Amino acid sequence: MLKINKAKWAELFAALSAQGTLYLPAEVDGKVDFTVWQDGTEVNLQATQTAKSIKNVFFPQIENLLDFKTDGLKLSVEQRMLPEEDTIAFGVRGCDVCSFEVLDKVFLKEPVDAFYKARREHCTIVSLACSAPDETCFCDTFAIDATNPGGDVTTWLVGDDLFWQANTDKGKELTEKIQALLAEGDEAGVNAQQKATKEIMAKLPLADFKIDPKIPAEQEKVFNSAIWKQLSDSCLSCCACTYVCPTCHCYDVRDFEIDNKVERFRCWDSCMCKDFTKMAAVNPRVSRLERFRQRYMHKLVYFPENNEGTFACVGCGRCLQKCPVSLNIVKVAKALGVAKDV
Amino acid sequence: MCNCGSKDVLTPQIGVVTEIRTETSDVKTFRIEKPEGGKVFDFMPGQCAMLSAPGMGEAIFSITSSPTTKDYMEFSIKRCGEITEYLHAIEVGQQIAIRGPYGKSFPVTTEALKHKDLIFIAGGIGLAPLHSVIDYMLANRDDYGSIDVVYGARSKEDFVDYKELSEVWPKEKNTKVHLTIDKAQEGWTGNVGFVPQFLKDLKFTPDKTVLLCGPPIMIKLCLAALIEMGFAKTQVYTTLEFRMKCGVGKCGRCNVGNKYVCKDGPVFRCDEIDELPDEY
Amino acid sequence: MQKIAELIKKEAESLLKENKVTAVWAWQPGEFYYDNSPVCFTAPEQLDKLVYNEFCPSNLGKYLMAGSKKNETMAVFAKPCDTYGINQLIKDHRIKRELITVIGIPCSGMIDIKKIKNQGVKGIISVSVSGDDVIVTTAYGDKNFKKSEVLLAKCMSCKGSDYMIADKELGEKMEVKCQKLNPEDGVKKLEAMTSQERFAFWQQELSKCIRCNACRDICPACSCEQCIFDNQEAAVAGKASANTAEEQMFHIIRAYHVAGRCVGCGECARVCPQGIQLGLLNTKFAKDINEFYGKYQPGSDDDSKAPLVDYKFDDVEPTISAKGVR
Repeated sequence: MLKINKAKWAELFAALSAQGTLYLPAEVDGKVDFTVWQDGTEVNLQATQTAKSIKNVFFPQIENLLDFKTDGLKLSVEQRMLPEEDTIAFGVRGCDVCSFEVLDKVFLKEPVDAFYKARREHCTIVSLACSAPDETCFCDTFAIDATNPGGDVTTWLVGDDLFWQANTDKGKELTEKIQALLAEGDEAGVNAQQKATKEIMAKLPLADFKIDPKIPAEQEKVFNSAIWKQLSDSCLSCCACTYVCPTCHCYDVRDFEIDNKVERFRCWDSCMCKDFTKMAAVNPRVSRLERFRQRYMHKLVYFPENNEGTFACVGCGRCLQKCPVSLNIVKVAKALGVAKDV
Repeated sequence: MCNCGSKDVLTPQIGVVTEIRTETSDVKTFRIEKPEGGKVFDFMPGQCAMLSAPGMGEAIFSITSSPTTKDYMEFSIKRCGEITEYLHAIEVGQQIAIRGPYGKSFPVTTEALKHKDLIFIAGGIGLAPLHSVIDYMLANRDDYGSIDVVYGARSKEDFVDYKELSEVWPKEKNTKVHLTIDKAQEGWTGNVGFVPQFLKDLKFTPDKTVLLCGPPIMIKLCLAALIEMGFAKTQVYTTLEFRMKCGVGKCGRCNVGNKYVCKDGPVFRCDEIDELPDEY
Repeated sequence: MQKIAELIKKEAESLLKENKVTAVWAWQPGEFYYDNSPVCFTAPEQLDKLVYNEFCPSNLGKYLMAGSKKNETMAVFAKPCDTYGINQLIKDHRIKRELITVIGIPCSGMIDIKKIKNQGVKGIISVSVSGDDVIVTTAYGDKNFKKSEVLLAKCMSCKGSDYMIADKELGEKMEVKCQKLNPEDGVKKLEAMTSQERFAFWQQELSKCIRCNACRDICPACSCEQCIFDNQEAAVAGKASANTAEEQMFHIIRAYHVAGRCVGCGECARVCPQGIQLGLLNTKFAKDINEFYGKYQPGSDDDSKAPLVDYKFDDVEPTISAKGVR
């Protein structure tokens, strides 16, 4: 176990950013969000979580895919360069680290999405263990250990020291490059923090919240439940939940004409939008109830069915914080009777 | 600018339109080849491809020619939206962006269809995906039993592939074509009436396997008619239509139940559809 | 507040049991005391889930639109500020007056949980409120606050305890006791800026917009069945955020569309997930309209004509201002 004192963090960030574009949580517009580190960035490692997830490092909100050029009857297509930039995602909490695994199951499944793969391969993930969970956190429901969040390197903030442990080859490679800044540290402080954090988590309101893994077998009952109407009635279809969710990955592919070529890009989309499934002839999900139901059925039932029981949720709690009318996956799971008491 | 070898799943290839045939007032068939000749890619009957209208986007279309046709691919496309409007306006020689093949094909190489007696039921542009299967089977005639094609359209001017229907297919071994139009018309001596009723009138025995394609309401009524005639849902294959963008099961748009229509479909057996939520 | 909650429950029960209405809009609890959701109760058995406390900021009026279209009889519990929005919806013919029963419920201000959390409060287990004392029990110890210091911004500019529309009033009226905020103060600060400073301010503010449309969806004045920004073909649905000009246009156009009809309920600013100061924009419009056409509070009744859909012979004319300078 290595460590680095607060006094040297500025040097650490400078050294890391020499290895790649460094993303870390910082004060931005009165909120804490992942941003590219520069000299003078107000880093914030105390906030339990960032307002938005860091999925845009692998799956940007807008990604230019290719360009078309027309010349009379001729058409040429040129794929954009695959991203080659080295990046470091620093200060990623356990929930967000696990969200990458959920996204991997989508984008790295055959046929592989080359843009996502390139970004993922070029990124080194330096996670940050939690020590002050919030009431909206429920990563524990998905067996995620917030006190040992994984990634290529795991760090723990104990007092003024940042403890550092490389887990993978990529992590070891990065560690070697900044070795000089790190000192030897002992695990006692880390172990004590982990224990204290787990004690706090046991006190929080959602500590006993678990989702019944047998739901896929009861799919039809859950799908036809009368409770969807009451749940979806107050939803505004504003899509804020999908925007902040680290595992939401629906996207649109659109064209943009500019100068003498056409850019084809991919952008985030939301299954909660009215036109998401609209076809020329009909819209299978024309009502809000159907769209609301689809989102949660996908996260709680369909995705686990296709992915060995992995839920498309990591318990980060952002939807609990952001929804203007306080709807969220916890309420839905409990109302549907798919939450079980542990 | 492309660091290739790593072609992304959404990047299309370039094809060229070498022939355009007007089938009906709103359906055209486009023949697409590689600019240097030959098929752009190989596929199996029932699979689809994404065609681009640069500036407007992409849409997914069934490949209507059979894979046994060595040198080109064909698409019979109905004009009903922005992208199809663009396609209907292009001329022969136009290069076009195409990617595929996508989706599960009809199980023509398995015992599900091999050596079976088959009924193809189609309405309107629904003949398009089935056309690929029929031609494939006719090219491998001995692998399949009897073939009956039941096809209905609004009027006789709305029959797609009329040449195949009237001149080519009826001449094949053990192959019959049964046509019907919605309303009586001068010059038409064939059956008049909707497909579901026509189906019942033809009195098929329920020992055949059915491939069914058309507007959702027609599929619903035909399936009901087939069940009335003693067919089981496990004997009927159909195709589902959902809005699609990526074609590879990632963008989430065509997700129904635990399936992605672009990847696990569009061909489904009717009992498989029963397992999906009732959204379609 | 608990007493009022009991009165609300009783009222809802009698309305449903006596079949006076088929649906009752109120709130139901969440996990943490502060995360109540609007809900539509349709049967008396569901009412043990009804809650009313210091965390019920939502204006339930807009939810009545869907039921009104289907000619359903509905009851809604409305705080004084909510009644303005309901009047506006009636005036815009979005809700049929004869279908709804408005029950006025008193309010002494709703707490903004974000103000509590911004002071570093985490791991909230429960919240209890007694008078002006707020005790937040957390996994890290108890924290005390004064309710008057953690109210929602919209509550700090409360328009008063009178109901603009109510078929029945429950309980005793309450006042919001706190340091009052005048929404026009923020606007005056903007007006004092140079136009470049103001442009930079709004460009910065509106660039945060993610086009979630929550502001539009919660607004009682924004009730078009098909919003012009939902037009896929015009590519202004803003999914791609290709450039911030579109976000700015969305908000400015929306402000124009609701001008003269915005009741100042403050919901748009409250629901914005990005914390954009939308109140400033709409208040500026309201302030200007008051100056040009005389003081007018939209939503204070359900039949007077809004300034921009009416005219008087002595109305201010655009030619009075030369080149945008007043």
